[in-house]
Amino acid sequence: MQKVNQELAIKHGLTADEYNKIIELMGRNPNLVELGIFSAMWNEHCSYKSSRIWLQTLPTKNKYVIQGPGENAGVVDFGDDDVVIFKIESHNHPSYIEPYQGAATGVGGILRDVFTMGARPVANLNSIRFGSPNHKKTKYLLNGVVSGIGGYGNCIGVPTVGGETEFDECYNGNILVNAMNIGVAKKDKVFYSIASGVGNPVVYVGSKTGRDGIHGATMASTEFDEDSESKKPTVQVGDPFTEKLLLEACLELMQKKSIVSIQDMGAAGLTSSSIEMASKGDLGIKINLNLIPCRENNMTPYEIMLSESQERMLIVLKKGKEKESRKIFEKWGLDFAIIGKLTNSKKLELEFNKKNVCSIPIHSLGDNAPKYKRDFITYSYPKIINHDSDIEKLDIKNSLIKILSHHNYSNKSWVWEQYDHMVMTDTIQKPGGDSAVVRYHGKNKGIAATVDCVPRYCKAHPKSGAMQAVCETWRNLISVGAQPIAITNCLNFGNPEKKEIMGQFVDSINGMKEACEALNYPVISGNVSLYNETNGVAIYPTPTIGGVGLLKNINNMMTFNFKNTENIVAVVGETSGHLSQSALIYDIIGDKEGPPPQVNLKEEKKNGLFISDLIKEKLVNAVHDISHGGIIVTLAEMCMASNIGAKIKVSGSNSDKIKYLFAEDQARYLIEISQKNLEIIKKIANSKNIKIDIIGKTQSEIFEVENDFKVSVKELKTKNESWFKNYNKN
Amino acid sequence: MKASVIVFPGSNCDRDVRISLEKFGIKTSMVWHADVKLPKSDLVVLPGGFSYGDYLRCGSIASKSRIMKEVIAHSKKGGSVMGICNGFQILVESQLLPGVLIKNINLKFICKNITVKVINNKTNFTSKISRNSVLEIPIAHNEGNYFASKNLIDELEDNNQIILQYCDAAGNITEQSNPNGSIKNIAGIVNKKGNVFGLMPHPERASDELLSGMDGSLIFKSLK
Repeated sequence: MQKVNQELAIKHGLTADEYNKIIELMGRNPNLVELGIFSAMWNEHCSYKSSRIWLQTLPTKNKYVIQGPGENAGVVDFGDDDVVIFKIESHNHPSYIEPYQGAATGVGGILRDVFTMGARPVANLNSIRFGSPNHKKTKYLLNGVVSGIGGYGNCIGVPTVGGETEFDECYNGNILVNAMNIGVAKKDKVFYSIASGVGNPVVYVGSKTGRDGIHGATMASTEFDEDSESKKPTVQVGDPFTEKLLLEACLELMQKKSIVSIQDMGAAGLTSSSIEMASKGDLGIKINLNLIPCRENNMTPYEIMLSESQERMLIVLKKGKEKESRKIFEKWGLDFAIIGKLTNSKKLELEFNKKNVCSIPIHSLGDNAPKYKRDFITYSYPKIINHDSDIEKLDIKNSLIKILSHHNYSNKSWVWEQYDHMVMTDTIQKPGGDSAVVRYHGKNKGIAATVDCVPRYCKAHPKSGAMQAVCETWRNLISVGAQPIAITNCLNFGNPEKKEIMGQFVDSINGMKEACEALNYPVISGNVSLYNETNGVAIYPTPTIGGVGLLKNINNMMTFNFKNTENIVAVVGETSGHLSQSALIYDIIGDKEGPPPQVNLKEEKKNGLFISDLIKEKLVNAVHDISHGGIIVTLAEMCMASNIGAKIKVSGSNSDKIKYLFAEDQARYLIEISQKNLEIIKKIANSKNIKIDIIGKTQSEIFEVENDFKVSVKELKTKNESWFKNYNKN
Repeated sequence: MKASVIVFPGSNCDRDVRISLEKFGIKTSMVWHADVKLPKSDLVVLPGGFSYGDYLRCGSIASKSRIMKEVIAHSKKGGSVMGICNGFQILVESQLLPGVLIKNINLKFICKNITVKVINNKTNFTSKISRNSVLEIPIAHNEGNYFASKNLIDELEDNNQIILQYCDAAGNITEQSNPNGSIKNIAGIVNKKGNVFGLMPHPERASDELLSGMDGSLIFKSLK
């Protein structure tokens, strides 16, 4: 056996100090198995050692929250004894090394997190970000990730209903694959990972253990360099078919009263699942490794404990329920092995070939894991930039078309048509709208969901950017008629050992906290992905937010396509003309300096609740959140979705018009209203001090800015739909 | 009218199709792939999904499963069988229907609403639909590209076995409206006797006003 010393510990990603701490906690030198287990539990991915103290500051409660962070996924109350369970998770590092399997197992992992809790998964969402389209790996990564997400979700039969796809050169060396899943359950049928009952059997179910994914979590806790590709063996291989069987078998077992606790084997496999269960229950656990179903011969205890083979679960059963439970898994053709039991030793004890190969006090792995308060800097709001010289002579029509044809703003149906978004026959709002909406099966209510982040805002000012991401999900949920309930977050950043990066992280947490508090919109689950750097170059801070809302009555669902001609088009919210970091200035002009739009949380809440009331009272025909590209792009999207045109009037100089049309001020919505409702809407707006600008009317087929230009909606659509098709032609 | 929906490991449209069958008054039971006996049924439905993970070849392992012996016997006695998507692939692999389904021409999974033209309405599956009408129904598959030899196609045409063809909104059968490269834009066929129907589009996804419209319900209404 390899000699365990400080040098080997460092190879395992631990620091010299951390190694000394292990010796201190153990009262002796660890053996190789024990070192492997410590390294798996103490890496950044599993221990949250850099982020934990900051995550604790986030709000995690409102009257809907049943379970906040700390479990496999968060749980919220959806009324009538129904709950909704959801979480988002990153699979960035593996997806860069092997895009198909990396993305597929990302989807598989998040699905397991949700059905471990007793939920039937009903919707997948994702946020995927790639480097510049011109970068040599981008096309390969895009195609691999999209087919990986589809390959897994389509097969298991859970619809992929929404998400975002974006390109920026900051992701050239580190792509982002964030996968979210939402499931439904009955309030009294939610399962947790806290173990109890000394002597209760510990059961292993699902796929066999192989040598894949060993040290996956450790790999995800370091930066990349030129040799990243050599890390391919650390990427797991997914089998959605087995996961489908595991899902059905687990849900069948959950109908019986046999389970004490259940935990999926995700990052750090058997190691983290067994330790988490025992640690939460303040118990010990004893496992005989010879009883683990292995796929390959001669696997060592070290390999068994660190494998990240997919589609496996660990269950603590009530004593006496073994036989009945085994029958269910055998029916589904899955392994079922009683591998050990709960003890009162408060230790993780492993036996192999009749020898003890590991004995670690459980609390030394979890509670005593390192926690760092790393140095950080604070970012001030950047100086305002005057863009007059850029926009004075800019052609409005030309700029609109450039944005609509740009890779980041073009129609994404090339992506989501590769995902089965309709299976389960409850997707009542498909991808492409402000939020996806899935009918709560068999009920008259719906689950609205969206995933958002604007990394260029976050880079320019992390705090405002994180606030904006929270607000955008809130607005997207409001726009479909839902009541926003809670969020899940996936915090993607660079190397936290650098104070600039840690500063981005801390500021983002602070921004998120403020926004969540103001909107009563807590964080109930999430994941942190650090070390998204290659050769010292970090990605933009990307705190992806997944928002979930309750649509009380599906017949009140709102959509963003125009419904008729001769209706009024109005902007709700204040337009100041903020252009820095907008689609126009950042992506079309190419000026990346300046501050992101300011977020005014009072305004956000006030305008959102106003829109919500209008939808409830059936006073609006269409609603669309104003985001990238400003009013003009939002308007074009509403036209393209309906094949109805619009004619709007804007006054002032060319610069004034550009500012009004392309600004990305926050807390705004574009709405379609019938003439007959105009007066009442104005009255409500007035009483609530809401700014509302009537900018024009819908008309047939032609998109028009009065005294400036006309273009057919058909032409806009052609431009908007061409980028992905052309890019992937060969 | 009684239907049995076969549930293979990996089926994932079994629940969806049951909901549609029952919505249109057809009593439905779910039958597990390892069952030895088929309950008394007028119609057997092979649902969409990824039976046995689609490993080896789509539908091939399912075609050898225990319950398929019963399904084949049921069809030989003249009982109705309908295979949707993966179910169509299983019917082809079981040789209850001729031809093969290969990878989509763009080599990608495609999930979207498409339009099909009803070529033959003199079957148990299309009797309530007017001939040449255009239905909007979603597809969701990776291997839906129907292929057969020239002789076989001639035979299908001579016997009116082609039931659905991909077409544009106006009903023109064009190359542009063919989503997956199927020969002759074929989206659905029956066997010579007319009692076994395979189709790639999912009628159960277009049988609810809140989803993709009601065009798919015409197939369920015809079954009754």
